[in-house]
This record gives sequence, C-alpha cells and structure tokens, in this order.
Amino acid sequence: MILRYLARRLFLLGFVFVALTVFVFSLNYLFPGDLVSNLTGLRNITPEQHQTLQTSLGLDQSLWQQYIEYNRRLLDGNWGLSFASQQPVLQEIGRVLPATLELASYALCLSLLAGIPLGLLAAVRKDSWLDKFISGMALVGYSLPVFWLALICIMLFSLQLGWLPTSGRLGVLFEVPTQTGFIFADILLATEIDRMAAAQSAFLHLLLPTLILASYPTNVMIRFVRHSMLDVLEQNYIKTARAKGLSRPQVLYRHGLRNALLPVTRQVGLQFSTLITLAMLTEVIFSWPGIGQWLIDSIYQRNYPSIQAGLLVVSSLVICVNMLTEILHTLFNPLARKF
Amino acid sequence: MNSASLCFSSLCALLWLTGCKPVSPASDAAGLVYCAEGSPESFNPQLVTSGTTIDAISQHLYDRLLDIDALSGALKPALAQSWQVSPDGLVYRFKLRHDVTFHQTAYFTPSRALNAEDVVFTFNRMLLIEHPFFQTATEYPYFDSIDWRQRVLSVSAVSSDEVEFRLSQPDSSFLSVLATDFAAILSAEYGELLARQDEKPLLDTMPIGTGPFKFREYQKDVLIRYYRHPTYWRAHGPLAQLVIDIVPDNTKRLAKLLTRECDVAPIPRLAELQMLTTRADFGVDQQTSMNVGFWAFNTQKPPFNQVKVRQALALAINKPNILQAVYFGQAEEATSVLPPNSWAYLADSSRRSFNPQQARQLLAEAGYPNGFSLDIWAMPVQRMYNPNAQKMAELIQADLSAIGVRARIVSYEWNTFRRKLGQGEHDTVLIGWSADNADPDNFMRPLLSCAAAVSGSNRANWCDEHFDEFIASALKTTEIPQRRSYYFAAQQYLQEQMPLVPIAHSKRFQVRNSAVKGVSINPYGGVSFVHAEKTP
Repeated sequence: MILRYLARRLFLLGFVFVALTVFVFSLNYLFPGDLVSNLTGLRNITPEQHQTLQTSLGLDQSLWQQYIEYNRRLLDGNWGLSFASQQPVLQEIGRVLPATLELASYALCLSLLAGIPLGLLAAVRKDSWLDKFISGMALVGYSLPVFWLALICIMLFSLQLGWLPTSGRLGVLFEVPTQTGFIFADILLATEIDRMAAAQSAFLHLLLPTLILASYPTNVMIRFVRHSMLDVLEQNYIKTARAKGLSRPQVLYRHGLRNALLPVTRQVGLQFSTLITLAMLTEVIFSWPGIGQWLIDSIYQRNYPSIQAGLLVVSSLVICVNMLTEILHTLFNPLARKF
Repeated sequence: MNSASLCFSSLCALLWLTGCKPVSPASDAAGLVYCAEGSPESFNPQLVTSGTTIDAISQHLYDRLLDIDALSGALKPALAQSWQVSPDGLVYRFKLRHDVTFHQTAYFTPSRALNAEDVVFTFNRMLLIEHPFFQTATEYPYFDSIDWRQRVLSVSAVSSDEVEFRLSQPDSSFLSVLATDFAAILSAEYGELLARQDEKPLLDTMPIGTGPFKFREYQKDVLIRYYRHPTYWRAHGPLAQLVIDIVPDNTKRLAKLLTRECDVAPIPRLAELQMLTTRADFGVDQQTSMNVGFWAFNTQKPPFNQVKVRQALALAINKPNILQAVYFGQAEEATSVLPPNSWAYLADSSRRSFNPQQARQLLAEAGYPNGFSLDIWAMPVQRMYNPNAQKMAELIQADLSAIGVRARIVSYEWNTFRRKLGQGEHDTVLIGWSADNADPDNFMRPLLSCAAAVSGSNRANWCDEHFDEFIASALKTTEIPQRRSYYFAAQQYLQEQMPLVPIAHSKRFQVRNSAVKGVSINPYGGVSFVHAEKTP
C-alpha cells in the first residue's frame, strides 16, 4: 500500500521535473542572444566552432531530440559555463549552494525552536496577557518587511553598537579553504588558523542574517501552531481525555501536542519556498555568498546559463523539500494515509 | 530534549561571551583589509587599464624599472638603479639591481634573482608576435594605446644586468611610460615553466612578481589575499597579510569602515566624507589627482559625427551645477582634458560656459531644430573622477531637455558595460581617466588618438589626423617649451572639435581607520601598502 503511495508521489515528482526542465530548456530560446552561446555559456564562438557545437548539441535535429540531449547533458553534469567567469556553472553552484543551505537551515531550526513553544504557550494560555503579547508580537513581526528589518538591525547592532559585522560569512583575514562549503565544518578542517577565533568570527557573522531570516517563518509558525493547538483543544477526544481524569499536562502532551504538530510538518514544507526567497534578500543585504546573491548577480550580468541553472537548482530544491514533507506528513498522520 | 537544551544553553553562552565585544576581525595587527570597489579583470597590469584593477594588483605584486615620486612627479630609480639615454634620444640603457627576488609561492619557486632576461621577457611580450606569450592575451590596452609596437624597435639584454631599448623615433615620454603601473616586470623563468606545462594563461591569473606582497588566493567578487614577500628588496612594513575585500556597494563599504571590517577604503562618497572627517577614529587622506571625468560622444555615430552637435551638447550642460551635486564641491571644473596641475595645461583657453540658447542655435544649424534622442551611458561603478555617474546623467538629462534633446540613461553591470563600450554600442558615455604618469601624453594619447580608438580606450571613437600630428610632434622633442606649445595647440583643437566634454578633475579621497599608518596614495595610480602598519 505504502509503496503504491510512494510510487504515485514519485510519478508526480517526475512529472513536475519534466515540466520544469521543459521550461528551463525553452528559456534557451526565449533569452536574447545566440542559442549555442546560451546553451554552452561560451563567448566569442568562431564560425567553425559554432558548426561543430551545433552538431554536438544536437541542434540540427528536432526540438524533441534537442530536449532529450539537453536532459542528457544535465544528468552528465554538463551544465555549460557561466558567461561572467567562464567557469562551469555546476561548480559555481556547488560553491554557493552550501552557504544558502547553511543559512536557511539555521533559520528554519531557529524558527521551529522558537515558534513552536511560543505558539503552544499562546494557545494554552489563550486570551491571557501572555497570549496577547505573543500574538501581537507575531503579528508585528509578520508584517515587517525583512529587508527593512535587516537594515534597521544593521544600523543598530553594527553601526551604532558595533557588536556585529555587516557582511560576509567570516572575517576576511581568516584564511579558511573551502572543503565542504559549510563554514563551521571548513573551520574545523582548516589547519593554519586560530580555529577558536575563526569560529567566533563565523558565529558573529551568522547571527544577524539568521535572526533576520528566521523572523518571518518564526512568526508564521507561532500563529500557525497557536491556531492548530486551539483547534485540537476544541476536539471531543480532548474533552473525553479530561473527563477520564487525565491531568492537564498529560492531555496536552499526549493528545494535544502530537495532533497539533502534525500540520506543522506540512507547514515547514510550504514555508520553505518563502524561506528561500527571503534568504535571497537576506543574502544580498548581508553580502552572504550564497545562491541568492549569485543568482541576482547573474541577472544583473545577463548571465543566461547561470540564471537557468540557478532557477533549476532552486526550484528543484523547493519541490523536493515540499514532496518530502508531504510524504512525512502522510506517514505520521494515519488520517491522511488514504493510500 | 536534554541535548537540545544543552545545545541551546551553549548557544546562549556563546552569544553572551561574544556579543559584548566590539567586532574587529581585522584586529590582528599583522593583517590589513583594503575594501576595493570592484573585482580585478586580470592580475597582470599589462592587460588592463581600469583603476580598480591597478589599485588591487600593481603596487602590491610588482615593481617597475622606474618609479614616480608622488610629491614632485619626478622619476626615480626602482628596479633600474641607473639609466642612460643616447644623444639622439633613440637608445635607452638601464642598469638593474642585483638584489631583487621573485615571489616564492605554492605554484612557483624561483631559482634566480631578477636579471635582464626578465625585463626583456616582459617588454617583448607586447612587442614580438613570436613571443610565446604574445598570443595569450587579445590586447595590451595601455601599450596599444600608446603605439608600443611602432615606438619601440627592440628590447635586448646587453649583459645579465643591463637592458637596452631601441626606439624608432625620439620619445620624450618614454621614461614616464616605463614608470607607469602597467610596466610591471614579470618573471621570465615563470614564463618558461608555464610554457613547458602548457599553462600559458596562468601568467596573467596566477601572478609572480617582485613586489612587496605575493599572491595567495582570489575568490571572484569576494576577495584577494596576499601574503608578505619576505625577501622584498626595499624596506618593508610589518604587515604579514593584505586582504583586498571586494565591496562594490558604496554604502556597504562605508558601513564596513565603521564596523572596522575594512581598514582602508577608497573614494567614499563625498557626502559621507564630511561625517567621517569629524570622527577622531578615522583619517581621511586626500590627494589632488591627475584625472578627468568627461562626457564622450561616439563620434562614429550620427549625429555625433557633426562638430556643431557636439559643441551644442557641450554648451547645454551646466557644469557648476554638476560639480556641486555630484562632487559636492570637492573637484575642479574641467576646461581641458589636462588637469590644471599639469605643466602643459592651457590656462587661457576660451572658457565656454553654460549657454542653452547658443546650444539650440547650433543644433538648428546642424539640422536638428527640434532636437533628437540620445542614450547617455552612465557607468555603474564609483570612480574618483566620477563618484556618481547616474546622478550626473540625470542632471545632464534635465539640462538636455531644455534644448529639446531627449536623453535616455543606460547602465549595465561594469564588465558588460566596458565590453559593450569597447564594441562602440554607445551614443554618449559618462566616464573618465586617471593618469598613470605625470606626462601630458598620458592623457592625450590613450584618450583621443587613432591608436586608442582601435584599442578601445578612446571612448569617443575619435580619430583625427591633425590631432594625432600635434601629439606626435610633441613627443619628438624633449624641450619642454616646445612640447608645451604642441599640447596647447592640441588642446585648442579639442576645444573646437569637442569629441568629449571634460567635466571635472576630482580630488582623490581615501578613508582609513586611524590605527593604520603609512598607506600612500599616488596621484599617478595605485595605492601602496609597502610601509603600512597597524597599531593594535
């Protein structure tokens, strides 16, 4: 049964990917400029090269064949070169993606760690001053645009107080070779530096972007968890449990919390795309060398191969995470398991 | 649950521990961070002209045969300890120092000190087509713009420490050319190694020089890291590391100065200088520079091929207004491409001032009584000679609308901008030039000669035989009064022809954290950190 469900999901995933690759593939034709150049990222192609490339890319064949060829190149890891640096695009993505994942995952963890307890607290103490305070703060935080908040925090914590740096992942005087792309892992692997000082610097650099990026999902999470918990507490089985003599904490933990947190798994998936979008903004503001900043630079530079590849990677990531949380949600929730 | 709370509390503890100290990643006195406004295009000064690249590479990585004294503008010995010029002005001989070592890095270990072979290797690269590295670069913009291949007949080693340059005609600006940041000396031994390994392009991306710092790493658009060259031949400050942090955004650069993430940063916006000068923890260095910001017309494109149209547009713009709004009064109004502190500056050139009525009349005479449309390309980066091209373009747009000319402002990312500019796709462009040496030829030839129109640094695409004749004649003599008269004639001719409108000569500003001492800015080019030091 469950296998059939997974197979169905995978089929859907495959379908979405086909649609996505068709779209990205068609961008090659829609972007201005030469098709061969857009596909390979090569600049200043000589007429002879142009001829051989056309054959090797399958451009003399039908569109369908071209699309198949395109997918084959994608799977081979041959994503073309970046216009700006003339480096393989995939290699560049490999360099910038970990930074974004790092930032986004810390922010997501923070939003779960802070959002769930606060939401529960607000729900349990419904209509008390605490609930009003938490809900009010969440509403305010939810309404603040992230770039504005980021600038205000930079003004306060960096420029006025001088506590936190304004940009980057690490003080530039620390020479940490990129091995994993994740800064703390790289610091641990680095040999010639004061690792403690470097880790401290990395932490300080991480703090503000993470807090800023976490603000929106945290507030969404608070509101969502509160709402979900209140819903659950209204249910008859809660009343039954209370009537049977279970203590309040027992009821909350065993029957309330579990049921209330179920929709939260799905919410995480839904929030992920917003999180990635906000991460791009945060990256630009804090000069965080992640995929968002890289993609925006590519747009400024009319760097079509990079724009395509960035789009493909970010969309795939969002789709995969969504699918994953969907599946998790189904596995945890017997009611949704209508295989 | 337990481990999560442990995690959380340790996070809090770390936050508390680190949160209260002011951040100074650059607090380590052995390292200095210079925040630059853009990425370098190459690590070889032979291949570039942009000031950003020169600032980022040339003074740190390389030495030249001669240097220019920043105060007097006079030439002084560097890698060449002495030189002789033959009476006919055609043969130059340089005697080299013996104690100059090349950088030792992870990718190259030199086996010998600098000798004549290196100098020959360096200059023949741009001269001889059969040189193994000639083909690895598509152009040598500065040297092409001064017609290096026509001017120099041969470069040869007389002995292991003596080099001879033979010229095709006397050239009074020749020594100045060798003292520019572009005439950096490369290692012939490194060239041989790369040729053997068939990795020739690395000569320009993994540099080896004799300068005070050696190359360590480069992350595009992020940073450049240099280490100290321990056996540098000159006296040397205590810096062990120099990091060039690439921060294109002006506001971010200022913010990084304030948070001490940058120790030194060039040309902060003039509006913010005022604020910084009042603070005791920052020092502002200023230097009247040899530069000019101008508005160039693409004279190959109609209607800009008509002199009257160009004159009309020149008369239509209100320069004092631009000076106030864009340079905040920290610049001089330009009436010539040469700045007033140049000895060839034409002081009494008839100042044409802002005159929209006359401009309209000229346009009508040229056949555009109702005006026309044009594009103003505004460079996307901040330069000393033009701190805010966008704003300047807007002011000019407003001025032009008064004479019926409709302007559209165009901008691209900097590399794209330069590439499209080189292809001559623009109508008009707001850009400028910083001199590399004290010779007036350094303004005239790279900006407006026919050779420069081919090599791409002539943004007006202007090629005029009369003008070329003036500046060529000026080079044939070493007599200053005679040269001056040729340059006067050239400037007068420019006034008539108006291929570009000189707008301003700005002062150069650099802000540094007051703990940093010994950073020198040179009116003729790059910034140097040889003697820089930082008190912790």
